[in-house]
Amino acid sequence: MTLRDIRRMRGLVLLFGPLVFVLAFLVVPYLIMFSYSFYLKTYPTFEPDFQFGNYLLIATDPQYYRIFLRTFKIAAAVTVLALLTAYPMAYFLVFVVQSARWRTILYFALILPLWMSYLMRGYIWKIILGNDGIINSFLLWVGVVDDPLQMFLYNQTSMVVTFVYIFIPFMAMPIYAVLEKIPKNLVEASGDLGYSPFWTFLRVTLPLSVPGIVAGCTMTFCLTFGDFITPILVGGADGSMIANVIQSQFGVALNWPLGAALSIVMLGIVLIVLNLSQRVGKDERIEIG
Amino acid sequence: MARRTPMTTHIHHRKATRPGHLVRVGKRVKRFLWNLFSCAELAFLYVPVVVLVVYSFNDNSIMRLPLEGFTLRWYISAFTNEEILAAIRNSLIVAFSATFLSVVIGVAAAMSIDRVHFPGKRVFNRIILLPIALPGIITGITLLSFFRSLDMNMTLLTVILGHTTALISISVTQILASLQRFNRRLEEASADLGARPLDTFFSVTLPNIKSAIIGSALMIFTLSFDEIPITFFLTGRDNTLPMYMYSVMRRGITPELNAVGSVIIAVSFVLLFTSIYFLTRDKKHK
Repeated sequence: MTLRDIRRMRGLVLLFGPLVFVLAFLVVPYLIMFSYSFYLKTYPTFEPDFQFGNYLLIATDPQYYRIFLRTFKIAAAVTVLALLTAYPMAYFLVFVVQSARWRTILYFALILPLWMSYLMRGYIWKIILGNDGIINSFLLWVGVVDDPLQMFLYNQTSMVVTFVYIFIPFMAMPIYAVLEKIPKNLVEASGDLGYSPFWTFLRVTLPLSVPGIVAGCTMTFCLTFGDFITPILVGGADGSMIANVIQSQFGVALNWPLGAALSIVMLGIVLIVLNLSQRVGKDERIEIG
Repeated sequence: MARRTPMTTHIHHRKATRPGHLVRVGKRVKRFLWNLFSCAELAFLYVPVVVLVVYSFNDNSIMRLPLEGFTLRWYISAFTNEEILAAIRNSLIVAFSATFLSVVIGVAAAMSIDRVHFPGKRVFNRIILLPIALPGIITGITLLSFFRSLDMNMTLLTVILGHTTALISISVTQILASLQRFNRRLEEASADLGARPLDTFFSVTLPNIKSAIIGSALMIFTLSFDEIPITFFLTGRDNTLPMYMYSVMRRGITPELNAVGSVIIAVSFVLLFTSIYFLTRDKKHK
């Protein structure tokens, strides 16, 4: 055995644990779920089979199409709103705030909620928007209304507000990171060459920040697309998203094959989005210096 | 560049046409609008948190305005509630175990990616990083299917394995970054001086990646303690704290939840600041 062989052996010993872990808890479980999606639902459980009935049902039953579409719309709305609120804030921190100390403090204030309990961030909006929540009790107290208004909670708007609240820090982080890397003299040069601040933003700053925008949007979209907690907490009858349907198939509906097939479709959509964003991120990256 | 319209079309004549004081006023207005916007956004992020904390001290079980007196009774009733205490205990067990496993396997995985040549390394790297980008429900149901196919019952063990699977990517990325920054000559020197590989690991490699380990451990602990979409599918009779709170929340809002929530938020902030301290300290050294 040469020294090289010994090194190689040692490397393989090192790799063994992580490799077993990845195979056991990532590769095999995905394969099992994939195979479940071809199983046949037989009351009260299901049996092994290889048939496309579950996928066929998803493709033909309009209720699934509607739920996918609704999930897509909500995730897209959340992504756009989070971008429109997070981008100007990140821009403000990098280009408007002059003091480095304030910039750091405000940046931390912006991303700090990221580490706050996800559940509590949804719950907070239940307190604020609920029937016996803060807004309603305020309106009652002031005397604007005599009965609590039902309009604030348990609808799609309350869901979108809660999601945007949850995802602003997710969106702001990568955007801030790219904006911060743009050399200030590039922006100054653009001004010296006669571009107004508006055109400088449109022609210099914005294109250079595309990778951050793409990263933030991807994260926000994918995580919203697969969420089932927020819809349960603040969404109403018309607030069910695709993950809620999957969750009920694995729970009360006890139709694992259909749930697995729906998950595969959802996974496919999320992976496509991740893949597209990686490509866009690569194409748009402009090397500086 | 060639495709672009000549930039002369957008030349800005501000300096030539506007009197000085108008420019100054304009700047002040602009500044004011920026400040207004950023204050509004930070208010959107923080007023809800303040509301939660304020109501956790409010002396009325109904959350309404105006506020009533100051009380600690929600904190006392929450932290003497047997169910809540059991849930906290379970969450601590899960978070500690998941953190330990993620770090140990994370170190081995990061070192393999950094030093060992093996076929399929890129795929391995990708797969291990995947769960953090995917919605938690996917990790939850794939593992549920897996454990059920092995006829395993859902216990805290399955929750721990679920959290480890989802959060290992954090330790792998942080430790890998730290390994790539650190000077390999030191390890070679240690080997040349006759140290055995394990000695080299413990006395040279480990001290150099210590900050990344502590930083990612704190982060994983925080995320595991708060985790819900994976736990939802993998827990049996033992509730973790978020699962307990979730089950209470579905029925409505209670001041005890506000008290527990305020404590959780305070603790996660402390953990986060500690973890940032460790992760940035390491970078400054190099």
